[in-house]
Amino acid sequence: MTSASSNRGAISIRNVTKIYDPEGVNVMAVDDCSLEIGAGEVCMIVGPSGCGKTTLLNAIAGFHSITEGEIYLDGEMLCGPDRPLANQGADRMVVFQHGALFPWKTLAENVAYGPIVQGAMSKAEAIDKAGTMLSEAGIGDMAKKYPGEVSSGMARRAEIVRALINDPRVLLLDEPYRAMDALTKSIMHESLLEVYDRTKVTIFFITHDLEEAIFLGDRVVVMTTRPAKTKKIVDVDIPRPRDYTTLSSNRFRELVQEAKDAVHEEAVKAFEAGERELA
Amino acid sequence: MTDTTSTTQTKKPPTGLTRTIYDWGTSLKSPTPYLMTFGIFLWIGAYYLFVEGWELPRFNKLPGPVEVITEFLNPDPDWGMSLFTAEFYDHVFVSCRRILIAFAIATGVGVPLGLFMGWSKTFRDYSFPILETLRPIPILAWVPLAILMFSGLETPVIYLATLASLFVTTLNTLLGVDSIDEEYFRAANCLGSKPHHVFMHIVVPGALPFIFTGLQISIGVAWFSLVAAEMVSGEFGLGYLIVDAYMNITYVIMVIAMLTLGFVGWLSSALVRIAGNRLMQWRVRALALEGR
Repeated sequence: MTSASSNRGAISIRNVTKIYDPEGVNVMAVDDCSLEIGAGEVCMIVGPSGCGKTTLLNAIAGFHSITEGEIYLDGEMLCGPDRPLANQGADRMVVFQHGALFPWKTLAENVAYGPIVQGAMSKAEAIDKAGTMLSEAGIGDMAKKYPGEVSSGMARRAEIVRALINDPRVLLLDEPYRAMDALTKSIMHESLLEVYDRTKVTIFFITHDLEEAIFLGDRVVVMTTRPAKTKKIVDVDIPRPRDYTTLSSNRFRELVQEAKDAVHEEAVKAFEAGERELA
Repeated sequence: MTDTTSTTQTKKPPTGLTRTIYDWGTSLKSPTPYLMTFGIFLWIGAYYLFVEGWELPRFNKLPGPVEVITEFLNPDPDWGMSLFTAEFYDHVFVSCRRILIAFAIATGVGVPLGLFMGWSKTFRDYSFPILETLRPIPILAWVPLAILMFSGLETPVIYLATLASLFVTTLNTLLGVDSIDEEYFRAANCLGSKPHHVFMHIVVPGALPFIFTGLQISIGVAWFSLVAAEMVSGEFGLGYLIVDAYMNITYVIMVIAMLTLGFVGWLSSALVRIAGNRLMQWRVRALALEGR
């Protein structure tokens, strides 16, 4: 079911603005942001902390509404003026920053959950399929363990399997590897690249880590400090499949530097803005 | 821990009786069981010295440990009550039966009530103010009302124990639902859950740790209220026995009844804890890895 189909999963973000209104003070998180993400593209979003990256992800996933603009998925409107909050659905799967495997279900039960509640498979079929997919991801031995019993790397891998079993059009990842050590992280990167090469699923990936962004992405979108707009788009022309040797190539270094220059400027602005707010 | 190599676990952790024996073995190697035994004897020793040894003022009117234990184990008791008399078991049975009924009703009503209050904002808005107003009323203040409402002696007593237990269970269940991380709800919705799936797969299991903490407190509160109710308006039961013994100046029986209450109370909490651990294997296993 996870066929390599790169003709779906195109996201079109058009003039999106989001204004939060906590405590009666308007805070503009995203300002007139437009971005086209092609079907089967790995789009990495980087930017200073609190710049509104997660706001975009939440809007696509249907967790939060938008104030203005429209978001389309494969030409269908997810949210727009008539419907500020997108419906949540299994066509857009989120992998959360802190991990959200249900701790009271085993890894296999977690993976099987989606197809069962959607009525797509019987319980036995779903558990069976979950076992197969976990084995493909190299964690078949862990199928009957609870998330609390496995390492964070394995849990995150299982979470991606839980998303993939639903054959989503888009994977939305919000800094999924943030709290991991560099070694685990590099293994996670290779495993995600392997998943991508197999499924060609569109990936919307938020991160602070520029090397991660260049290593994984087709394009790296650098956002401005709040309110978020696209500042610069770095096209990553390193051919796929990529592996850890890519990390030492000159082109990789150049691209990281290019992205770094763009982000640094914004990070300084964000830092100063933060100081002013406190003062 | 990294996940580079495939981790094939050939040796499975022991289960069942083997596991129990293993746990006992481990525990005997730690100082805990010895310290516990020593602690118990230390307290009984002090009790003996104060009451029967030195006969200190204020303590010398109380029955001492030797007197109590002798009476408790006496097949032909001087004061008419010991482990060998049917009457003792009648009282224990009556109290346990009342607790069982009260705890079952309180759990059966309180857990669903708390779950719905946590799950539905509307339902919470309807019911929370009433709950919070009734909850602080001390259980003894309900005694006259209970007697007015229910005929006989048995129902008011059970009613009071149920009520006290119900508030604790409901509140803890509600807090349990509140404690569930928002991301689990988001993930569940993302995965295509309908509201009843969210309730069964997220709300109920997510609230379980708090529910069982609540149930342990609630069974304690149930005993507390039951004994208070039995003392005020009861016939049979351990609370009644304590007051009755006091009235008849049979102080030894009073202490026997108190110790029995302590024991059955501890036993009932332990049963609730065992039930909780059985239902929450995911939690037990995760905590075990943290060495707890």
